[in-house]
Amino acid sequence: MPEITRHAVEEFLFHEAALLDEWRLEEWFALVAKDGRYLVPSLDAPDAEPWEALSLISEDHAQLGSRVRQLLGKSAWAENPRSRTRRLVTNVRVLEQSGDEARVTANFAVWRFQMEATDVYVGRYVHQLVRGPSSLLFRERKAVLDLEALRPHGKLSFIL
Amino acid sequence: MSRSHADLVVDDRTRGLFRVDRQVFTDPEILERERREVFGRTWLYAAHESEIPKPGSFVSRRVAGRPLIIVRDDGGGVRVFFNSCTHRGNLVCWESAGQRRSFLCPYHAWSFNLKGELAGLPGAESYSPAFDRKDLALASPPRVESYRGLVFVSFDRAIESLVEYLGDAREYVDLMLDFGGVETEIAPGAQAYSMKANWKLLVENSLDGYHAASTHHRYFGQFLPDIGIDTSAARRTSGGAPAAIGRATSLGKGHTVIETRFPFPLQERAKDELAEIRRRLLDRFGAERTSLMMDANHNLLIFPNLILISMWRTLRTFYPVSPEFVEINAWCMVPRNESPKLRQLRFENFISFLGPAGFGTPDDVAGLEGCQRGFAAINGHAGWSDISRGMHRAEPDASDELQMRAFWRRWHALIQGDRGVTECSDRGPLEAGAA
Repeated sequence: MPEITRHAVEEFLFHEAALLDEWRLEEWFALVAKDGRYLVPSLDAPDAEPWEALSLISEDHAQLGSRVRQLLGKSAWAENPRSRTRRLVTNVRVLEQSGDEARVTANFAVWRFQMEATDVYVGRYVHQLVRGPSSLLFRERKAVLDLEALRPHGKLSFIL
Repeated sequence: MSRSHADLVVDDRTRGLFRVDRQVFTDPEILERERREVFGRTWLYAAHESEIPKPGSFVSRRVAGRPLIIVRDDGGGVRVFFNSCTHRGNLVCWESAGQRRSFLCPYHAWSFNLKGELAGLPGAESYSPAFDRKDLALASPPRVESYRGLVFVSFDRAIESLVEYLGDAREYVDLMLDFGGVETEIAPGAQAYSMKANWKLLVENSLDGYHAASTHHRYFGQFLPDIGIDTSAARRTSGGAPAAIGRATSLGKGHTVIETRFPFPLQERAKDELAEIRRRLLDRFGAERTSLMMDANHNLLIFPNLILISMWRTLRTFYPVSPEFVEINAWCMVPRNESPKLRQLRFENFISFLGPAGFGTPDDVAGLEGCQRGFAAINGHAGWSDISRGMHRAEPDASDELQMRAFWRRWHALIQGDRGVTECSDRGPLEAGAA
């Protein structure tokens, strides 16, 4: 089995970032494995597992699929009109390899603009990637925020 | 202020009309009065005893804008101190939680023990004989009391006891704490967020059944069906508004509750575990109380700024930084010693709706920030907010607005300096001497 290279991971994460910034959410959702999970831990418990502490987001494939449909629908008021986002993804590292899977990390900064507000979300990704039929896929997609509080952001209504 | 405080709220019980002058959401002078007359004259939630399990365990946080340390002393008691050195005022605790033997001010290295006493200061011999360490203990809020683990403080030395203050709201607090059949604790992982909106909009919103069908369609009409929960029966009987199947009750003193029945994810995802808990609760509390805890949802306001929501096991409190900005903190209440699996399902149930990344709260944040922007239009009809819904009904339901009027009536009395009994329900004003 050839290893999953940092270059391949970067290509994957940069592609993902473009899909999210362009609100191509159905294409993005196809990058999540059927047993994939999306996690954003609480700001004061960044290393806790989803059963140890209340998270900001802890979703399986079905719940995440609903999130995508809601965001593409007409009644997610917090994203209507939609935010403009621009994400910078850097410092990509492959932490662990085993068989078809790799544990990877990267830093992110996402600027969000909506209703005359500018909010910045800064943190690190810790993902479990698995080789799929035509591309890498997320088995676990975790965004760990460095913020101490979502102030003045108030909300995290787009996919981080 | 162009109007007197008496005119801020129009409460016409004969015609069934209730409205609030939108200046209450924008005027800095009103906020100054609120700090004195509302937050200065009530019991305010500070912490839960489970957050400080051992001697020396502490949390530090702002309550009504004031920095406090809530700490467990060596005798197991709970103490609350202002987080400000008695020497020059610096914070003596810089962490939000932890365990300590003492609190050391980094400025001149004065240190305070778990009783708040000034235990050490460098060069003590340089002070005159009149300098008395006993006078320099960390100060405490004038009143600190707990109810079943919930620690409250008051800055009003003369206020009634906490239990008297809770009054008729106490039985709903009990329902909120007994639901697991064992002791309740606060789970790790707090939500800390904000809204660019007046704090009273969040009081209203936390008790608002009317907005559920419109603001929260994505949750009740999209998310729940998406994960296999059938909401059609509840939505048919209620015109899409879950809260319409329920009632609103004024509990006096500005406390108020709505009771609703609507499916939520945990009921589906933790059927077996909940059946086991139901058996335990039935043994202990009987059928009626058990059903209130297992099948009904309560959104409870403890005046002025503590919200407990049973469907999501949420404890939320908030405080204004300015008329147009509120800081919000929320926690999850869980039964002690539950399995990791059930605990995760409870967490996911909570955050599916509530919190800055859920499918409910972000739309409330957007909506309330929109209201605040709209207030800039203050003029003519745009000068008033209408809160009359259901005022003519003998028994208002949960999508009416009695629960908000109850808050506003107590708020309005306090703002005018009236600390006597307020008739918070839609009944006529108290007759002289009836209190």
